[in-house]
Amino acid sequence: MFKNVLIPFLGILILVSVLLYLIPPSIISHYLGAGSGALGFAIAALVGAITLIPGFISYPIAAGLIDQGASYAVVATFMTTLMMVGVVTLPLEIRYFGRKVAIMRNVLNFIAAIIIGLLVGLIMDVVL
Amino acid sequence: MKKWLKKYQQYIWLVAYAIATIVSFVLGFDPGKAIFGNFSKSLIEMVTFVPFLFIIVGLFDVWVPKEKIQKHIGQESGIKGIALVVLLAMLQAGPLYGAFPVAYMLYKKGASIKNIFIYLGAFSSMKIPMLGIEIGYLGIEFTLARTLVSLPLFIAIGYLMERYLKSKHFEVKDGSK
Repeated sequence: MFKNVLIPFLGILILVSVLLYLIPPSIISHYLGAGSGALGFAIAALVGAITLIPGFISYPIAAGLIDQGASYAVVATFMTTLMMVGVVTLPLEIRYFGRKVAIMRNVLNFIAAIIIGLLVGLIMDVVL
Repeated sequence: MKKWLKKYQQYIWLVAYAIATIVSFVLGFDPGKAIFGNFSKSLIEMVTFVPFLFIIVGLFDVWVPKEKIQKHIGQESGIKGIALVVLLAMLQAGPLYGAFPVAYMLYKKGASIKNIFIYLGAFSSMKIPMLGIEIGYLGIEFTLARTLVSLPLFIAIGYLMERYLKSKHFEVKDGSK
């Protein structure tokens, strides 16, 4: 089982590496920084949904964004779509769940991620 | 030829990448080197966590009888079943794609559809090792707010998926095609 899964996993990693090169952390920080507004929010959701960045790279990016003055809503959306939605890993997910269910899971999680981002932003900025 | 290509497509992809990387290093092509840098970071994440998940899958397969899973996180398991899958997910580590084989095992052992998707949700963003790192970088307030807002949404997604898939012929495959 492990051998069957290893090769597709490696394929995904290559795809992820190329994508991470095309969308480097510096660009992400630039577009999601302070005052990025609704556009920043949309970019955060989309970039997070498409890419898959390992946690130990994404957390420093997120902390850097907050330091630069990005809003908590943007950062929470980015982190959440990054973790829950994976367009690059979709081919792999389809192998397990079938096309329809895999797409459905990603769409539902994308919607959930946006709700999570907005609510976390609200809690952090208004309540706390 | 077409059949052959399809069969070996994945290997061709890997070999092509390996050749491109070697050529990049020989010729000093910077994008190639940078991409390899990214690749090695993701690879480290994979080799640190994914084999561990496969060990869990293996142990699960051998040690945990189907009746037990069905009873505790199966169709009739209720709130306790949800709590159990969330706890199971929180105790693990690794990228989301590493959880797919575990989802297959849960399915095979009779976990309910709802609990399989709640497991995936909790796995994606509530793993304790990752929460530790998150608290370090973003603070406890942020992490708590995000986790507490996320959990009910995952559970809702579990219910939605189950409601939709219940009457359909849904199965989780082992990922080997």
